[in-house]
Amino acid sequence: MTSLHSNTSFHWSIDELLCWLLRGLAAIAGTIVLFIVIFLIMEALPVLRHVGLPRFFSDPSWHPAEGFYNLTPMLWGTLFAMGGSVLIATPLGILSAVFCHYYAPLALARPYRRLIELLAGIPSVVYGFWGLVVLVPLIGEIHPPGPSLLAGILILTIMILPTIALMADAGLANVPQQYIRGAAALGLPRWATIRGVVFPAAKSGLFTGVILETGRAIGETMAILMVCGNVVQTPSSLFDPIRTLTANIALEMAYALGDHRAALFVSGLVLMAMIIALAIAAEWISRGRIYG
Amino acid sequence: MFRCFGVYWEKIDGLLFAFLLLALLEAQGSAMAQTTGSDQLAGKLVITGSSTVAPLIAEIGKRFERLYSKVRVDVQTGGSSRGVADARQGLADIGMVSRAMKDEEKDLHAFPVARDGVGFILHKENPVQSLTDEQVIAIYTGKITNWTGVGGKDAPITVVNKAEGRSTLELFLHYFQLKNTDVKSQVVIGDNEQGVKTVAGNRNAIGYVSIGTAEYDESQGVPIKLLPVGEVAASTETVRNGTFPLSRPLHIITRTPPVGLTKAFIDFAQSKAVHDIITQQYFVPLVD
Repeated sequence: MTSLHSNTSFHWSIDELLCWLLRGLAAIAGTIVLFIVIFLIMEALPVLRHVGLPRFFSDPSWHPAEGFYNLTPMLWGTLFAMGGSVLIATPLGILSAVFCHYYAPLALARPYRRLIELLAGIPSVVYGFWGLVVLVPLIGEIHPPGPSLLAGILILTIMILPTIALMADAGLANVPQQYIRGAAALGLPRWATIRGVVFPAAKSGLFTGVILETGRAIGETMAILMVCGNVVQTPSSLFDPIRTLTANIALEMAYALGDHRAALFVSGLVLMAMIIALAIAAEWISRGRIYG
Repeated sequence: MFRCFGVYWEKIDGLLFAFLLLALLEAQGSAMAQTTGSDQLAGKLVITGSSTVAPLIAEIGKRFERLYSKVRVDVQTGGSSRGVADARQGLADIGMVSRAMKDEEKDLHAFPVARDGVGFILHKENPVQSLTDEQVIAIYTGKITNWTGVGGKDAPITVVNKAEGRSTLELFLHYFQLKNTDVKSQVVIGDNEQGVKTVAGNRNAIGYVSIGTAEYDESQGVPIKLLPVGEVAASTETVRNGTFPLSRPLHIITRTPPVGLTKAFIDFAQSKAVHDIITQQYFVPLVD
């Protein structure tokens, strides 16, 4: 902003206009987020007022029609599905980008990159459908019933893999060529260059990729709804069915009335709180070191 | 644009914000439905509610549109509860409800259109041919967890239950005198098709869906089979003659006594002219 003001005086009015335009647009973007949060709180308020927040974590089960509102199993379900898929997808995605940049011949790297981009463009319901008719019966053969945390993790991994792969790819592309030439001049082998020079230099891009994929993993609904079984329970093994907070909203919202409906908005609030916690954690981990 | 926002604030109470745009369209549509000409019917009918009734009403709506070229019928799903809520709040001209009307819904005007049955489905390769009511209850409450307990092969049972709020679940719980807290399930599903796909993909699963949906999918070669309930075979035939115990009426409802376009549509939906559509959808026409 300061550089705009310090510009020459005859462009001042246009700069001023642009500045206010940008301020306006930024204000709109911010207001929309605030409105959504206020809307969620308003809709959730009736049930929060006469049931109280603690019961959403201490009730014996989630049976809103009978007045039980425990969200904890679904919170765990969301965290496990997200954690598992991020743990698998992150190394895979970063290594895929490394392969694409430093190991694959050009003739292979370009179609490979197109394929990853295609993977990113497939709608989530298609992944879900594929999971339901292929993956779930396959898991059911190994360990019944089939719809499970494992199915959810695998589907999510495939879905978020392109996000981290493409972000890491862009991050690696931004590493200055001099660094790599310098490393080559020092006689470093390829892997040592990648580990010692490229990764530290591309840290910010890789980190952004992880944040984005985590966000996508938390928010994914349709595919998860189709393969996870949607039973409200804290999973004790990979083969147990789970329900995530997003699936809970999608599954029951169309049919919910009164307190049940308000309780689903509380699910939305909890989800929102998770995203905020993620953003804060990201800020705390980076603490200016990565971007600064 | 600001006029639109006015509408938006009035209507927002009963809606998800994700349906905002739809709400705008609905609000305008509902207003148009009142401007009915005396000689020629014209306008737009918004009908929302049960996903069981929706395909039927959509087909009836198409035929209605062919009869009256100036009429548009807009059918949206969202469950019987949404049908009741939308009709009551005036968000829809007509609501669709796939169950008997409750006592607290006596203020609404209900018109039966057809009947539907809920039947249990197994994978086609499951050797079990029938289950008594007691066995079904034992399976759904987790007392029997292996097919050997009901004369099948040695494999754990995958119990498929419906999500809270669905009318199929209400009908099931009501018939077997169960509470949803008692049900121990391995899979929870949303709509009928998801149930059919889940059972078709799992040899050891048991689920319950609309007989119409199951019979149609079975005829299309999906590897499922319907079980009899109370020794009565599950088919549209037994639902029609009223002998199948696990069945329900399908209603369309309005808040006020229907007039004009709404009345014309309800009369049409209850007439003999749509019996072939009802049969095509594997529902059962009411004998009149």
